[in-house]
Amino acid sequence: MSLFAQGHTACAGCGMPIAVKLVLEGSGENSIVVSPTGCLEVTSTRYPQSAWGVPWIHSLFENAAAVASGIETALKVKGKKVNVLVIGGDGATVDIGVRALSGMFERGHNVTYICYDNEAYMNTGVQRSGSTPYGASATTSPAGKLSFGEDRPKKDIPAIAAAHGIPYVATASVGYPKDIVKKVKKAQEIVGPKYIQILTPCPTGWRFDGSKTIKLAKLAVETALFPVYEIENGEITKVKKIKERKPVEEYLKLQGRFKHLFKKNKDRIEVIQKMADSNAEKFGLDG
Amino acid sequence: MKLLPGGIVKPKTTVVNKTGAWRTFIPVFDEDKCKKCGICETFCPEDCISIDENEFRHPDYDFCKGCGICAEECPADAIEMKYEEKE
Ligand SMILES: Cc1ncc(C[n+]2csc(CCOP(=O)(O)OP(=O)(O)O)c2C)c(N)n1
Ligand code: SF4
Ligand code: SF4
Ligand code: SF4
Ligand SMILES: [Mg+2]
Repeated sequence: MSLFAQGHTACAGCGMPIAVKLVLEGSGENSIVVSPTGCLEVTSTRYPQSAWGVPWIHSLFENAAAVASGIETALKVKGKKVNVLVIGGDGATVDIGVRALSGMFERGHNVTYICYDNEAYMNTGVQRSGSTPYGASATTSPAGKLSFGEDRPKKDIPAIAAAHGIPYVATASVGYPKDIVKKVKKAQEIVGPKYIQILTPCPTGWRFDGSKTIKLAKLAVETALFPVYEIENGEITKVKKIKERKPVEEYLKLQGRFKHLFKKNKDRIEVIQKMADSNAEKFGLDG
Repeated sequence: MKLLPGGIVKPKTTVVNKTGAWRTFIPVFDEDKCKKCGICETFCPEDCISIDENEFRHPDYDFCKGCGICAEECPADAIEMKYEEKE
């Protein structure tokens, strides 16, 4: 059994527990994890139970990075070497906790911040977040007569993290498990703030059959909608190349949240394809 | 139940939740087809697939939610999802 136990109550086929298992494999037993409110916290720690095999603390929704900063500082004072991590959702990371996250980066805390990105506020019923992609229907950006869904592009938090001058920023997808373990291990060898964003498909909020979670996690990368790369000290040092880039339709058509685009918003699919093309160009993904 | 200050609970105590009861479809593993690659084990969100001394994989039906990821990802088509009759 891994450091994340069975009996958690995430929906069948959820990508998040797969990512958590892999992150803990990379970080090992000598870790302390902070999680803000969200699906991970709710499904792993239904009181009086916990799925965690490492010390874990629940922060508020908005202050996980501040709590982790405090833990890291206390450990430093005590002269103990422990991997301090945050594992939090996209809403907690890119929206409500972004101030605490920026502070943690600015102060240079030796913390690995993992954002599991399911691209909306899932635990409270699929409200859009800054990480929700363009064109997706969420309960607060619903597709309808006058709307094609989310009308803003996904917030580029990895670039914002990198702009703080922190030593390590990476993205990953739960479709590529070895890459996640490798990146977490690498992060634990670097001193300073580290940020890793992992795409974790959510069958409930994205509206697809739970058996397709890994397929979608790969398609997001293969279409260049979710580029996988590393940024070290501000420089892009590695990208996951795509041999034959797939058209974005292949990814979009499998998900209920994009269904409306195929009915009367075909022009929006072209916009999404352009976003993928520009990702491919920016990161040099083709090849 | 005695409440501890700060809401402290013991590690890995969720194992009392037998989430296998959630299942509608059950994965059935075929050892004749299995290539022993471990992909099913890596991707199982319940972490409920274990390996035996002959490197065959077995799901723990106490926890398997029947998501079907293992069957979808198995490169050898060695896992079939079957409708589960329950009494
Ligand atoms: C200050 C505050 N506002 C709102 C909430 C309600 N709330 C709990 S979980 C959640 C959504 C979390 O979204 P995200 O961080 O993306 O994690 P996910 O549930 O998607 O895994 C919200 C809005 C809260 N707990 N605290
Ligand atoms: S709502 Fe989505 S992210 Fe939350 S537990 Fe269910 S599948 Fe996972
Ligand atoms: S994924 Fe298929 S072939 Fe690989 S170990 Fe599992 S059952 Fe066997
Ligand atoms: S169906 Fe899902 S939960 Fe059950 S063993 Fe396969 S991957 Fe695990
Ligand atoms: Mg989320």
